Amino acid sequence: MAGQTLYDKLWSQHLVKERDDGTALIYIDRQLLHEVTSPQAFEGLRLANRRPWRIDANLATPDHNVPTTLKERAAGNAGIADPVSLIQVQTLDDNCHEFGIEEFRINDPRQGIVHVVGPEQGATLPGMTVVCGDSHTATHGAFAALAHGIGTSEVEHVLATQCLLAQKMQNMQVRVEGVLGAGVTAKDIVLAIIGEIGTAGGTGYAIEFAGSAIQSLSMEGRMTVCNMAIEAGARVGLIAVDDTTIDYLKGRHYAPSAEQWAAAVADWRHLVSDDDAAFDKVVTLDAAAIEPQVSWGTSPEMVTGIGGEVPDPAEAADETARTGIIRALDYMGLAPKQKITDIRLDKVFIGSCTNSRIEDLREAAKVARGKTVADSIQLAMVVPGSGLVKQQAEAEGLDAIFRAAGFEWREPGCSMCLAMNADKLGAGEHCASTSNRNFEGRQGYGGRTHLVSPAMAAAAAIAGHFVDVRALGGDSPAHDAIPQQEA
Amino acid sequence: MQKFERLDGLVAPLDRANVDTDLIIPKQFLKSIQRTGFGVNLFDELRYLDEGQPGQDCSQRPLNPDFVLNRPRYQGAGVLLARHNFGCGSSREHAPWALADFGFRVVIAPSFADIFYNNAFKNGILLITLPEVVVDRLFAEVEAAEGYRLEVDLAEQRVITPSGEILGFEIDAFRKHCLLEGLDDIGITLQNEDAIRAFEQQHREARPWLFREA
Ligand code: SF4
Repeated sequence: MAGQTLYDKLWSQHLVKERDDGTALIYIDRQLLHEVTSPQAFEGLRLANRRPWRIDANLATPDHNVPTTLKERAAGNAGIADPVSLIQVQTLDDNCHEFGIEEFRINDPRQGIVHVVGPEQGATLPGMTVVCGDSHTATHGAFAALAHGIGTSEVEHVLATQCLLAQKMQNMQVRVEGVLGAGVTAKDIVLAIIGEIGTAGGTGYAIEFAGSAIQSLSMEGRMTVCNMAIEAGARVGLIAVDDTTIDYLKGRHYAPSAEQWAAAVADWRHLVSDDDAAFDKVVTLDAAAIEPQVSWGTSPEMVTGIGGEVPDPAEAADETARTGIIRALDYMGLAPKQKITDIRLDKVFIGSCTNSRIEDLREAAKVARGKTVADSIQLAMVVPGSGLVKQQAEAEGLDAIFRAAGFEWREPGCSMCLAMNADKLGAGEHCASTSNRNFEGRQGYGGRTHLVSPAMAAAAAIAGHFVDVRALGGDSPAHDAIPQQEA
Repeated sequence: MQKFERLDGLVAPLDRANVDTDLIIPKQFLKSIQRTGFGVNLFDELRYLDEGQPGQDCSQRPLNPDFVLNRPRYQGAGVLLARHNFGCGSSREHAPWALADFGFRVVIAPSFADIFYNNAFKNGILLITLPEVVVDRLFAEVEAAEGYRLEVDLAEQRVITPSGEILGFEIDAFRKHCLLEGLDDIGITLQNEDAIRAFEQQHREARPWLFREA
């Protein structure tokens, strides 16, 4: 018998019941809740007179709507200027209170973006099934947890039954082998993967990311990669357990107790694909060939290296691709064959569940240190992923580096990743963003998003346009190599 | 959930690949804590010429005359014809809520994104996957004939075109059953309460650290 993939193992460990029609009941170990996709689920429970099945499996925090300026945050919920946002945040508080669910409220230092908070608290563990009414739940797969986004009806279903009706996905392996170039990060890896397989390339699959370049990533980097599995169409991204995973978890709040630790670690060591496991599809990338990436269009697959240029629709493979490129260039206000380094920017956003962890902020700060944001940039903001990330960054003096360079240093939340709060792009504005989606209107009506790594975003803030962060050289960046703002 | 058995519906064509959920329903409308009322903001950024705000009276807003759903010939459509990877992006169930609230009960496309696929069925919307060549042909037929309708029969798993052509489609048995009967998933799952409890107990014994109290 062929061996099992990591996904196969996680699936069979949570299989409650299989139906003849191929649908299965899967047990859910952890549900994360936020204010946008949960109100209708709680309402549904109430209407049907149901109680949550296992209260301690749930953990909640508001993130999408919360304001990020200290001025507004200082007043807690009362400081939320938008009345509709306020109702949503207040509704989460009320629901968690009513049903006894643990919640990190707006000014709790543990509050933050759900996908930053879960791992940080050890609430995401290897071998768990993790769900959340949010497609970037794929992030948690970096811990060898079977994690994926669900809709609000499913949130209600998990609250009521601790189970999900699911169908088994197929297995895909994406191998990234070799050594990344200096200045090339996890974000560049995942953007390059999406550029390669396309935004529907992973539809129907659970993707396991493997290979030496993936293994060499920190947990932060692995979360960045798994986070964007959904941008490749895959609900699930996974990475096998190794020492890096185990070291990260030790001592976290919800991690196994001292008595259980050894048994847990022994169990987690099995959370790898067997050597003879069969994948339905395998894709391989050469890490050394990956350049820092910049998206130019309105879909994450519309991406290229910093040395590249905007495509020419005349050279498109087919009619659908051609109209897609024309529409994207029109929306983005770019010309065919325009050089990526010639794209001028109006705003810079460093944050989101893709890139707002401590390592991301360190990378950006390394580039920003001793520099000044270009005059042509109206707003450059850094939004930590959680209150604890913010505290850590401040302890390391990163906030001072950012502020000195002219970046705004904000309170934790989703912020301009999707612009549900006051942080947004104006029509026509170009933004270098470390988030995960460049869809039309995503960061504000008519806004133009370019997806990049934290280091690339910081370098772009300083230059006023995209620049190759590798020009900074190795680990001790020769800062002078960044072209300081041009006229 | 509303039952779905058959539909004879006017078809509206949305000729665009990778339609994402941000496009189907922009984020400012996700602030509602209701399940209804999203239809007026379906495809908001394509449909209107200004930026929409939640709670606004949309009847006063300038319509984009070029957007297909605004064309008189597609008013009252119940079937949306779409392109590949429809519904990609976020998990927001507001996307199917908006489609259903607008009046679409069926979407036909060469492929759908996974999370959207699940969410649509939970809201009584039938998603039909047909081969790209067939969808291409349907686009041409819809464009050519004003008032073009399709008859969709879920029990028989077929779509019938005005010329009488029969197009079969695949759908998994469980989803079909739930949709035909209008069944509530939670009720079905709770019929397995004993199995869930038994699993939970064994799971807790095997991996107690997964059940750690805060
Ligand atoms: S940071 Fe962005 S992608 Fe992540 S959960 Fe928040 S809104 Fe969604």
